[in-house]
Amino acid sequence: MTDGAVTADAPDDDTTRDEAPHADEPSGLLEVDHLYVKFFTRRGVVHAVRDVSFTVGRGETVGLVGESGSGKSVTAQALLGLIDLPGRITSGDVRWKGESLVYDAAATLRRVRGKEIAMIFQDPMTSLDPLFTVGSQIVEVLRRHMGMRKRAAHARATELLDLVGIANPTERVDQHPHEMSGGMRQRVLIAMALACEPELLIADEPTTALDVTIQAQILELIADLQQRLGLSVLLITHDLGVVAGLCDRVAVMYSGKIVELASAEDLYHRPGHPYSAGLLRSTPRLDIVIPRLVSIEGSPPDLVNPPTGCAFAARCALAVEQCLDATPGLRIHSPSRRVACWRPFEAPFENIAVGAVATPDGSPSDGPVGASS
Amino acid sequence: MIVNIEEQNAHPHHAAPPLVEVDHLSIRFPIGRSGFWGGNVRHVHAIDDVSVTIGKGETLGLVGESGSGKTTFGRALLRRIQPSEGTIRFNGADITNVTGEELRMLRRNMQLVFQDPYASLNPRMTVLELVAEPLVVHGLAKNPNAARTQVVDLLDRCGLPEDAVDRYPHAFSGGQRQRVGIARALALHPAFIVADEPVSALDVSVRAQVVNLLQDLQHEFDLTYLFIAHDLSVVRHISHRIAILYCGRLVELASTADIYERTLHPYTEALLSSVPIPDPPIQRARQRIVLSGEIPSPVDPPSGCRFQTRCPLVEPRCRVESPPLEEKAPGHWAACFVR
Repeated sequence: MTDGAVTADAPDDDTTRDEAPHADEPSGLLEVDHLYVKFFTRRGVVHAVRDVSFTVGRGETVGLVGESGSGKSVTAQALLGLIDLPGRITSGDVRWKGESLVYDAAATLRRVRGKEIAMIFQDPMTSLDPLFTVGSQIVEVLRRHMGMRKRAAHARATELLDLVGIANPTERVDQHPHEMSGGMRQRVLIAMALACEPELLIADEPTTALDVTIQAQILELIADLQQRLGLSVLLITHDLGVVAGLCDRVAVMYSGKIVELASAEDLYHRPGHPYSAGLLRSTPRLDIVIPRLVSIEGSPPDLVNPPTGCAFAARCALAVEQCLDATPGLRIHSPSRRVACWRPFEAPFENIAVGAVATPDGSPSDGPVGASS
Repeated sequence: MIVNIEEQNAHPHHAAPPLVEVDHLSIRFPIGRSGFWGGNVRHVHAIDDVSVTIGKGETLGLVGESGSGKTTFGRALLRRIQPSEGTIRFNGADITNVTGEELRMLRRNMQLVFQDPYASLNPRMTVLELVAEPLVVHGLAKNPNAARTQVVDLLDRCGLPEDAVDRYPHAFSGGQRQRVGIARALALHPAFIVADEPVSALDVSVRAQVVNLLQDLQHEFDLTYLFIAHDLSVVRHISHRIAILYCGRLVELASTADIYERTLHPYTEALLSSVPIPDPPIQRARQRIVLSGEIPSPVDPPSGCRFQTRCPLVEPRCRVESPPLEEKAPGHWAACFVR
C-alpha cells in the first residue's frame, strides 16, 4: 500500500495507487479495482478512466456523478465488457461476487450480463427495436436467459409491465415502441432489465432524456423496486439532484478519476474536494435563491494529455505547487469519506460557500427593471 | 378567455412599458387528413389562446414540458411561425402580419439564442464569419473582415478572447460555443432576445457561466428576454416573472416569488415538487406529488381543462369546462376552477 503519492518525475499516473480501496466499504457484490480504460485514437491515447476503484454492496444504491467527459459512462460500460475498439481496459479488474469480468471473462460475461447484472441506458428511443412489439422483446430475454416457454414468457412480460407501472399491460404488451411515449419506453426498458431478476441494475442517465414530471415517476419507480426486490443499483448521472434522493453513497468523477467517494449526506453537506464543492455550488437549487450563480471557471483538461498533477488544479482556487506537480491519490479523509486532494476542506461547507444568501423577495437581486419592487 | 393586458400591466412588476404584447394567440399546424378518404384536416393545437406581455428590460421565464408549445410560442413572437389567430405587438406596433422590408427591419430588433451550440453553428464558418453574418446580411458591413473590430468587441463582451475570431466552432467547448451564439445574436443590438433552452445542453458548472453572462448582458444592453426552459431551478434565478405552459395553454403567470412561494395551479405545484433538490435529507423528507399518466397529445387534447386527466384535484366541472386565466391575486394569474 502506497500513500497515494507520485513524484513529479513520474508523470504516468499508472504508478499512482489509491490506498486501501475497499477498507471502509461494505463487502462488495461488485468490486471495481484500479480500473484503467484507454482509447487508442488517431489523436493519441485518451485516458478515459484512470485508476477507478469502488464497490457496490448488496441492496446498496451508489451514485456515479460527473460532467460530460468525466469517464462515468465509460466506467459503466467497462463493468459489463462493453468497451469497443479502439478502447480497451488496460489494467485493473472488475469482480462480480469474486469472479473477474475482465480476464478470461467471455463465458462469465455471457452468463452474468442481462441476467445477474442488467443495464438501462439514457435513450429509450434507440434502445428498443422498432420492428418488434415490446412484448416480444421482453419475451426474447425471458426465453434466452430464463429458458421459459413462449406462452409463459408472454404472461410474465405482461406481469413485468404491470410491475413497472404501465397501465393496461395486456394491451401495451402487443404494441410497438413508436406507440409509446418516452417515459413509457423507459419503463419498458426497466421491465426488460428486471425480467431476469437481476441483483444489480446499472442505470446510465436513466432520466436525462425525460421531462421532469416523468423523471419523478421513473426515480420513484427505481426507488420502489429497489426496496421491494432488494436490488443493488449503480446510478450514473450528471444531476446531483437525482442522486440526492436515491443514493446511499456517491462517487464524484472528474477527468477519468474518482475525486471523492462519500456517503450522500457527507458529500452534500460537507464536500471534501474543491471540485465536489464547486459542482454543488454551481447547481442551482429550487429552494434557495442566491443573487448570482457560482460557476467553475475554465474547462476540464484534455484526456489525451492529462496534466501531471491534480487534473482539477488548473481550475482550483486552492491549488498550490504540490497540486501541479503530483497527482493526489484517493485517501481516507474520514470514516465515511475518501478524497483525492492534497488540500481537502476541513471546514464545514457552510463556511466556504460563497454568496448563498437568500434575497428577501426571492427574485434575482441584481436584475434590472421590476426585479424587486 | 378573459385576459386583459392592461390589467396585467397594472402590477408593479411590469410597471415598465411593455415591449412585447401577445393577445389571444393561437397556433395550429395541419397534420394531414383523417379517415380513409381524408374527409377532414386534423390539427396540432400547439398554442391555444395565450395572452401575455413582456415589459422592457424584463425576463419572462416560459416553462413547459416537451410538447407544451413553448418553442412554438417563442418562434411565433419572432415571426418565424405564422400565428393562426391573435395579435402580437412589438413596441406598440402590430407585427402579426408585417412582411418584406418591414419584417427584415423588425428582425434586427429581435433575435434567437438556440439550445444546441453544437448544431446551431455552421462548422465551416470561422467565428468571425459567424458573428459578422447578421451584420453582412443586414447591410451593416460589407464583408466579415470589415466588421472585425465590432466582432472582437462583441466576443469580448461575451467573455471570449480576441484570438477566437479566426478559429472554427470545433475548437471550442459547449459553453464557449454558446457564447459565440450569444455574440451572434447580439451583433445587431436587438432589444428582445428569445433564449430557447440556452443552457440545457451544457454541463452544470458551465451552465452557471452562461446564465451569469446573460444577466450581465441584460444590464449592459437593456435587453428583454423570453427565457424558455424546462429546468425550474435555472428559471428561478434569471426570471422576473414566469409563465407556465401546459399542452399549449397558459396555466399560471406570476412574479417569480409568487410562482415558487404562493403556487396556485396544481400543475405548477406538481412540476415544482418533481424537481429534485440536491440535499439528501431535504429531498428524502419532501412531500412529492408524483403525477400519474402522460402529457396529453395536442392533436387530440382532452375536453375542459387540459390538465384534468392528471390533476389530483379534478372536479366534474373541470372535465367539461375550460377554466379561464384569471387574476387570483394582484399580478398572479392562474387558470383553475379549484384554486
